[in-house]
Order: sequence, then C-alpha cells, then structure tokens
Amino acid sequence: MSVETTKTGVNRRTLLKGAAATAAATAFPAPMIWAQNIKDITLRQFGTGVSNLNDVALKVKEDLGFTLEMTALDSDAVTQRAATQPDSFDIADIEYWICKKVWPTGNLQAMDTSRIANYDKIVGIFRDGKLTPESEIAQGTAPHTVGFVEGPGGTDFVDNESGWMTLIPTIYNADTLGIRPDLIGRPIESWTELLNPEFRGKASILDISSIGIMDMAMVCEAMGEIQYGDKGNMTRDEIDATFAIFTEAKQAGQFRAFWKTFDESVNLMASGEVVIQSMWSPAITAVKSRGIPCVYQPLKEGYRSWGGGIGLSKSLSGMELDAAYDYINWYLSGWVGGYLMRQGYYSAVPETSKEFMTENEWGYWFEGKPATAEITSPTGDVMDQAGAVRDGGSFYDRMGAVACWNAVMDENQYMVRKWNEFIAA
Amino acid sequence: MAVLDTPAARDAAKQAPRGLALSRHVVGWLLASPLALVLALFLILPIIMIVIVSFWGATEFSIYPAFQFDNYEFLFGSPVTYSVFLNTFKYAAITWVFTLVIGFTVAYFLAFHVHSLTWQVALFLLCTIPFWTSNIIRMISWIPFLGRNGIANSTLISWGVIDEPLDWLLFSDFSVILTFVHLYTLFMVVPIFNTMMRIDKSLIEAAYDNGASGFQTLVHVIIPLTKPGIMIGSIFVVTLVMGDFITVRFMSGSQSANVGRLISNDIALLQYPSAAATAVVLLATVLIVIGILLRFVDIRKEL
Repeated sequence: MSVETTKTGVNRRTLLKGAAATAAATAFPAPMIWAQNIKDITLRQFGTGVSNLNDVALKVKEDLGFTLEMTALDSDAVTQRAATQPDSFDIADIEYWICKKVWPTGNLQAMDTSRIANYDKIVGIFRDGKLTPESEIAQGTAPHTVGFVEGPGGTDFVDNESGWMTLIPTIYNADTLGIRPDLIGRPIESWTELLNPEFRGKASILDISSIGIMDMAMVCEAMGEIQYGDKGNMTRDEIDATFAIFTEAKQAGQFRAFWKTFDESVNLMASGEVVIQSMWSPAITAVKSRGIPCVYQPLKEGYRSWGGGIGLSKSLSGMELDAAYDYINWYLSGWVGGYLMRQGYYSAVPETSKEFMTENEWGYWFEGKPATAEITSPTGDVMDQAGAVRDGGSFYDRMGAVACWNAVMDENQYMVRKWNEFIAA
Repeated sequence: MAVLDTPAARDAAKQAPRGLALSRHVVGWLLASPLALVLALFLILPIIMIVIVSFWGATEFSIYPAFQFDNYEFLFGSPVTYSVFLNTFKYAAITWVFTLVIGFTVAYFLAFHVHSLTWQVALFLLCTIPFWTSNIIRMISWIPFLGRNGIANSTLISWGVIDEPLDWLLFSDFSVILTFVHLYTLFMVVPIFNTMMRIDKSLIEAAYDNGASGFQTLVHVIIPLTKPGIMIGSIFVVTLVMGDFITVRFMSGSQSANVGRLISNDIALLQYPSAAATAVVLLATVLIVIGILLRFVDIRKEL
C-alpha cells in the first residue's frame, strides 16, 4: 500500500499559488519540479450528477493547478464502475450506501485523517454518528458506520474514529415528500398521505429500488401497518409486507407514474400530473423556478437522509495521491461547500462554507431564518423571495429529524427481485 | 441475409457452364465473406457470449464463471416472468394489428390512388419526415400532449365532450400502444408499398375486366400479392416491439413491464447473468414467432 508521508513540511497549496511558488522555487528546488509537474496531473473523478459540477473542475484548475476530469453517471452505473473498473477512475464520488457495497471489493483505499486539515471540523454525523451529543442515531446505513476502517488496507468497517476514513464526506441532505400546496389545499403532515386515497392517480414514488424501498418503509411505518426492526436492513417478511401494501395501492390506481430521473420528477410535479411524491431538494427548486408552488414538506415521522463522499482509487499513488489529498483539503476548505449549500445541500464542514456565503444566504439555507433579500442559486437563478423561509427550517431542525439513512440491505437481492415484481404487478 | 442468399447462388451455379462452376463458387464465397465476417464478429460471437454468461453466477457486485441453471430456474419459477412475457405479447399483437391496418391503407393509397410517380415519391418522403428526429423525442412529445392538463384533455373539455380530464390517456397501456403504433407504422408502410409497386397493373385490370368488385380485387389479387411485404413489415414491428424497453418505461410511467424492462433492470443492478438468461429466452421466443410467421409466406420464393 502506498501511504506516503509528506516529504517536506511546506504546505504545498501555498507553494502552488502564483508568486509564492516562484519565491519558494529558489529555496526548495524539489518542490519546484513538483509544482510544475502538477500541471500535468489529471485526476479522473466520477459520481452522480449532484456534485459533479463543471464549476468545481474549473475552480480546481484555478486554485490547485491540476486538471479534474468529471464524469456524471446514475447511481447504479456509479456502483457498477466503482466495483468493476478500479483503473478507470482516481476519485469516486459515491454515496455511503454505495460505499458499503463497493468497499469489500478492495478497489478503494482508506485516507489518513491526519492529512485532512479540517478533519476536526467535520460534522459529527460523519464521525461518531451524532449531530449533537444528545442526538439519536437513525436507522439505515448511517455514514459513520461505513466511514472508518482499521488501517490503510482495512476491509472491515470499524465503529470508532480510527484515523482511516473510507470516504471524505462532501454533500448530504434530508429528503422528504414534495407536494403541490395549491392543488392539495390542506396541510400535509405525515408520510401516510402518499397512500391516501384522496390522491388516487396523483401520487408517485421513485423507481430506484434502494431508495424507493426506504420511502415505502417510512409510509408503512407511519401507517402503523409494520413495525420495522431496522428499516435500513429489513427481513424478508418485512420486505414482503411492505410490497404487499404498495402493490395493493398500485393496483388500486394510487400512482400516476414512477420516476427514475431528476427531470421526470420535475415534469410530473410541474405539469400537475402528480401532487405528492418522493422528491429531491433541487427538483423542488426547479419546479419553483418555473413559478409553480411546490413545497418540500417536513413530516412528523422525520426525513430519509443520504450522504455522499469522495473515495480514492486503490491504484492512486505518489504525486497523484498527494494531489488527491490537496483536492480533498481544498474541497473541505469552503468554496465548494458554499456552492453546494446555495443549491440546498449541506457541506461536511459548514463553518468553512460560511465564509463563501453572504449573511442572507447563510441565514436562509443553514439557520432557517427568513431571507432578507432574494435568494439566488450559484448559477444566478432566483430561487426564493425576501421573507421566505426554507422548508423544514434550520440545519439542526432538518438533519436532527432524520429517521433513516439510504441503505443497502443484507437481503438486497431479494428486495430487488420483489421490486421488479412490484413494477410488473 | 447471407443464409438467404446461398440457395439462390447455388441455383445460379447449377445453371452455369461446368468450367466456370468452380471459380464462380470461389468468387461467391469471397463476395460473401466480408458480410459473413462482420456478422460472425458482431452478431454470432456476442450471442454466444450472452448464452455463456447466462449460465454464470452473480454476487451483488461481480459475476463469476460457472455452469449453473439458477438464472433459468429463477426465471421460469417466477410468476412475474409469465405475466411480463404475456404483457410483451399483448403489446406486440395489438401494435401489429394497428400498424398493419394503418400501414396497409397508407401503402394502398400511395400505390393505387396516387398515379403520378412524382407525387408518390413526394408523399412517401412526407411519411418519413418524423424520422428525421430521434425516436425518443417523438415518443416523449406525446407526454405533454396526453397529460392530465395536456392539449388532448383541454381540447376535449373545451368542446364539452368530457367534464373531467381522462387519466387513462397517459401512463397507461393506451399511451404505450399509441406510441408504438406511431413509431413503427412506417416499418409496415415501406415494405408493403414496395411490394405493391411491383404488382403488375394489368393483373388488376384483368380482375376488373372479369367482373370483380373493388373489394374482391383487394382480397383475391392485391392482398395475396403483397403478402411478402406484409410479412417483412410484421417481422420488423414484432421484433421492435418485443425488444423495446424505453417506450414502455416512459409511456407507462414505469408502471408496466415488458421483457426488455426486466433485462434493463437486471443490468442496472449488475445482475448480468440473470439479464443474459432473460435475453436468451426472449431471443428464442422472438425466433419462434418469426419462424411461425415465415410458415405463412415463403419470402424467398415471393421475392
């Protein structure tokens, strides 16, 4: 395993910055070669669309000097690639439940937390699992349960902060149901509403089995029909019972459609085909930006949450590995965090992101305060007006009410077959 | 195609003078070899691979070589498989009927009612205009049209035909079949039009002269003579519909399944061996269907 210690005590990031590099070059000949070579380094990153942003690649080139190639894929394809083609990428931007599936293949290498400058500032969810010391840990694949391994070559996850991290958390959020308040006309408070006959033919869930099953479980549990031992790791009986309830609803015509891509969910909602459905945060924004009212409805049973992080390919070594660490440190240093938070996601190190957001933006997105001026997305689209409050409130209100995390179950293959039956039913 | 050509080539060789036979034989093989090579590399070989992989095993993130019947056992043991195959046949059959009726009518009009060749060509090209844009776009453009607040519903409401929007227009079997018919009718028009154009006009005149009515001419002269075209069109439509997955996914709002979707779901979940097994069964089914179709018409003879 190639775990290289830093050769000089000099912080390379400072070295890279324009004039500093030139000045340092005279004093330290070796780093100068390094500084020039870094321009030739290309790191290949792939992941889901949410954080594979072109703006990030451009900023990396500007700040760090090397080239970051991004490939955006759907989560199935991401899993596939991470599991089967370890040499096709340097950095994998994956979700934690994917990590649980992919880590045993040995295609990723653990990261030394002592080389992560802002490690201590990473929110508790990703370290000991607790948002605040009093928080209860939600069900499912909570990030900290697959966040650490024993050593650089470790294949088994450990339940403490061992100093070797599998993924560096980058982006996460709490998901819930999206609704059209104008077409529903009454308050929605519970997950049970998804199967309420009142919305027959006007409901939808997403057709991605690993996430859809969790939304189903939230509904069944809220209805009081099923008590799960662990929603994130169901038994066969629990899976059967869940699908029985949803198959019945499907055959009764409860669902208008199922969606698989972001755009589909936006179109279903915006066109009024559907008034209540599983949805992702930016999709709500996309509907709103068309001038159509849409609410990311907080529900009393809590949120279904997910988190993503970046992992390093096993084949990464030497200068490329150093560059990857630089990239990770840069990622957590605030610019990307600010960018993502202005899209409605959360950053792993919120306090560094604060410096890259305005007072108004920070108040609206993180603290749940009413906007004091127009809220715009990083690309300049108006997302909300002055006076508006974020659905669900502050960071602690939202992330503190997580009921379960996206997960991959031991009975995953069985569940997937059942899911196929459900679609065909 | 190569298989179809061989007997014809052999017939030709028989009639040729003996001295030329050998060299003609060699030349024939040489001429056929590029296509044979391409087909072997890009058709036969992949199919063999699929058959082999269908016996392999899979874990959640990898596949391993084996020789086991698990995939087939699961496939034939699951009631879902049967209902999905049934659904696939249903789509194929209904689509076939509609594309045949519409395709035949359009071809008939072009071949026998339009008398100037220029107009025939012009109108025929008109039929192909939708094909200048992608399949997916033609498909998706139905969604806003058929939606709950779509053009179809709002028009019907404004005409007073209905009071409530019709939900079954979109994300239903209706929308799936409508789209199939829209996408694939041209595949019926082209071969039927082609065979109709080759019908000797004097045969039709002879039928009229012998006192046959228009309908009798159609049934006893034109339809039998266009059988090869109908059969080729049918093969196109049936195989296209049975192999499709994206139209069913989009137009049913993911609520219905056909065999293609079963395969694509398996692939998305890294279950390649299971997908391969389903593909093999589908391939066998389609081949049987085509075999049955070919029993009705000897295309080789008719062409």
